Amino acid sequence: MSTNPFHTPPATSSDPGRRAPTNFQTRRMQINTARRWFVNHLVTVLAILSTALVIAPLVAILVYLLYMGASSLNIAFFTHIPAPVGENGGGMANAILGSGIVLLLASLMGIPVGISAGVYLAEFGRGKTLATAVRFTADVLNGVPSIVMGIAIYSLIVMQQKHFSAFAGGVALAVMMVPTITRTTEEMLATVPHSIREAALGLGVPKWRTVLSVSLKTASPGIITGCMLAFARVAGETAPLLFTAFGNQFWSFRLDQPIAALPLQIYVYAMSPYDEWHRLAWAGSLVLIVMIMVAVTLVRIYASRGILKGAS
Amino acid sequence: MGVGINVEHLNAWYGTTHTLQDINLNIPANHATALIGPSGCGKSTFVRCLNRMHETNPIARATGMVKMGDVDIYKDAQPVQIRRRIGMVFQRPNPFPTMSIYDNVASGLKLNGFRNRAILDETVERSLKSAALWEEVKDDLKKKSGASLSGGQQQRMCIARALAVDPEVLLMDEPASALDPVSTSKIEDLIFQLKSQYTIVIVTHNMQQAARVAENTGFFLNGKMVEFDSTHKIFTNPKDKRTEDYITGRFG
Repeated sequence: MSTNPFHTPPATSSDPGRRAPTNFQTRRMQINTARRWFVNHLVTVLAILSTALVIAPLVAILVYLLYMGASSLNIAFFTHIPAPVGENGGGMANAILGSGIVLLLASLMGIPVGISAGVYLAEFGRGKTLATAVRFTADVLNGVPSIVMGIAIYSLIVMQQKHFSAFAGGVALAVMMVPTITRTTEEMLATVPHSIREAALGLGVPKWRTVLSVSLKTASPGIITGCMLAFARVAGETAPLLFTAFGNQFWSFRLDQPIAALPLQIYVYAMSPYDEWHRLAWAGSLVLIVMIMVAVTLVRIYASRGILKGAS
Repeated sequence: MGVGINVEHLNAWYGTTHTLQDINLNIPANHATALIGPSGCGKSTFVRCLNRMHETNPIARATGMVKMGDVDIYKDAQPVQIRRRIGMVFQRPNPFPTMSIYDNVASGLKLNGFRNRAILDETVERSLKSAALWEEVKDDLKKKSGASLSGGQQQRMCIARALAVDPEVLLMDEPASALDPVSTSKIEDLIFQLKSQYTIVIVTHNMQQAARVAENTGFFLNGKMVEFDSTHKIFTNPKDKRTEDYITGRFG
């Protein structure tokens, strides 16, 4: 016998006090194992299929756009304004520029407002009635159909100024960006651990500085993603621009005048009876998608660098 | 140099819960004072009242007098000023995840608008040396994120961060409870060295730790301070029956 009090003698079949090891070779166990193998593989296959289902439309759209649009893409598309009906050629240069101007305006107005509101909700408004109201409003605003947003801005700005304008288009898109950005900012700030805020406050850092340099900085990757999502969403919006930016067949750089925008131009051209215009609409769609993808990717790369720099 | 803290009739609430009831205490300068007691007895709330961190919780409230030297911290000063003079180290290491080791240690100065490069460099080095971390991190001060260090190193970095703003008092809320024994003993050595320059208040669940590092010990129970005396007396000859029961492990 062992003198080690922690030593347990190995189980032997002659030891009546010990249960025999579980027999895994019974018929029932074998069926069970086979069933588990089957369920495991079935679910894996289902998961792969679902992933394919999600990706397929995206790939299909891109491939179809390339197929339909790439042939009409040429230098003129990016340098010329639309040609008069019946004339071949022409491009969407003014619409590309117009989209850029309207989106820049929208971002300049929507992103600061959205992030500020999110900061208020997460950092200052906890449990306050105003915060609940703001949160509710943001959620409702998020659900407002974009055409309704266009009409609202039409009566608020266009009717007052008595003319369509790039500015009104920018406002319409900005209002559509705000709720997404607000809620993402709030959610991302909520994921910043409270202990980090306490660390800053404990060092005698004022609250506003803690919010700017600690909370926002820690949450910035998520907030940037939110802004990009909002941007990508409104970049393709047509409805809010119909009654605001209105569209323009010529160059326009003025914020108080109607301005062309890619989605509007695509809409008008796709509705037209001319084959040439249909081809240009396809090309415009391709350019729009590629521009959104490039913009989002650039910001992501730049942002991740900026964050790394901040950490060094 | 450290200053003493004089607490009179301190009461604190969370919502309607009366967490601290009439605490009176004299914390001597340049000594380590340990606070022991079962979980939820108010030790942490007490230290958070000393640097006015308690009131950062919207439902929290405190009354009474806390004097640091000649300054009544609830009457004569802004919370922000007080927290620069009373540093705090928390239970779990809480480095700023987006900042390098250097920026973490310099954060107290940088976030308060201090920009002088040479002085920042010097302060970071001095603070990391005081926190016995300099040798381990000096080669990747700006390369590594503060969050990439081990738990024990992170906690020493947090101590360095607190020391960098040159406080007079250092509050430590169970600074070693999330650490392994080796890191714990490093932190304890550190407390031993630091108390010549700072007044240290340390909350701990570990009674051996209190006995090792502190000259004075206070025993908290259910929001009241049952007994406060020299550590030696508390552990060898406590006046109160409840203190004796707690330190001998008869309840808790």
